[in-house]
Amino acid sequence: MASDFGATGPADLADVVAAAREGDRGAFDEIVRRTYVDTYTLAVRLTATEEDARDVVQEAYLRAWKGIRRFRGDAQFSTWMYRITANTAATVSSKRRRQRTVHIDDVADPVETEVALHPELATENTELLGRLSAALDELPPRLRTLVVLKDVYGLSHEDIAEELGISVTAAKVRLHRGRKRMRDLLYEEDESHADAV
Amino acid sequence: MPTQCDEIAVLLPQVVDSSEPVALPVQRHVESCLRCQAELARYRRMLRGLQLLRTQYFEPTPGMLAATLASITAASERRAVNSVLTKRRLAYAGAVAGAVAAAGTTTAALLLARAKRRTVPV
Repeated sequence: MASDFGATGPADLADVVAAAREGDRGAFDEIVRRTYVDTYTLAVRLTATEEDARDVVQEAYLRAWKGIRRFRGDAQFSTWMYRITANTAATVSSKRRRQRTVHIDDVADPVETEVALHPELATENTELLGRLSAALDELPPRLRTLVVLKDVYGLSHEDIAEELGISVTAAKVRLHRGRKRMRDLLYEEDESHADAV
Repeated sequence: MPTQCDEIAVLLPQVVDSSEPVALPVQRHVESCLRCQAELARYRRMLRGLQLLRTQYFEPTPGMLAATLASITAASERRAVNSVLTKRRLAYAGAVAGAVAAAGTTTAALLLARAKRRTVPV
């Protein structure tokens, strides 16, 4: 199917998605172009490895292309894509867990940030964001997934539970454990310093 | 009351979520306990920071976009080939079924004619 997308200037993402649902391959390519940095970032956060993140992105878009007709449009496309990415990351991570060799330390630091565009925010938050990223990477994958999807990307417990194939209660329990571990990783060092003084 | 504070501390990862219901005794304790308020403030700060992480992006490796688009193209082509093959298989299967049915009908007709000839007295 011939596509006008990419040739006539930027169209609204909802229009591009609607065209892709009708089978317009060019429209789907345009969706990939517009969203793959976001999808890759989520994949890195979930898998903590660049190698796995690349595989997750490719597989997630393949699944999205195969299932684009089932996207009802009652949720944002980005939320739908996050859910597919989370599901794919869970599959890829479980396959790779035994042979993992590359860690997040080998992944480049985030380079484009909206925070960086606001110097006052950047000064205030750079250290905090660095500590949070490091703490997230320390979490076991099953807890990290919950914290990333709920607290960073704002997905609902119901959506997360459905994509991970767990109950809503289990999702909440894992989230609370993840937050507690994050809190310990972030503040226990401060507390031990305070105790020593 | 340290014991109660320890019990409340376990609940704070849930309490910090404004969408989660909080039991009244827990709420009252936190309102009156500086230690638990400080602990809750840490969780709130942590959640705010996590939300800010959403504004950071990792730069994909060069060539990733092209590789992703190429993999979709390859999958689409495979799907199209499979679709054609499936249609051809169905057409062959239909043709074979038709031929078998025609042969069966012919054989049955021949057998019937032969049986009739045998029963006619000479």
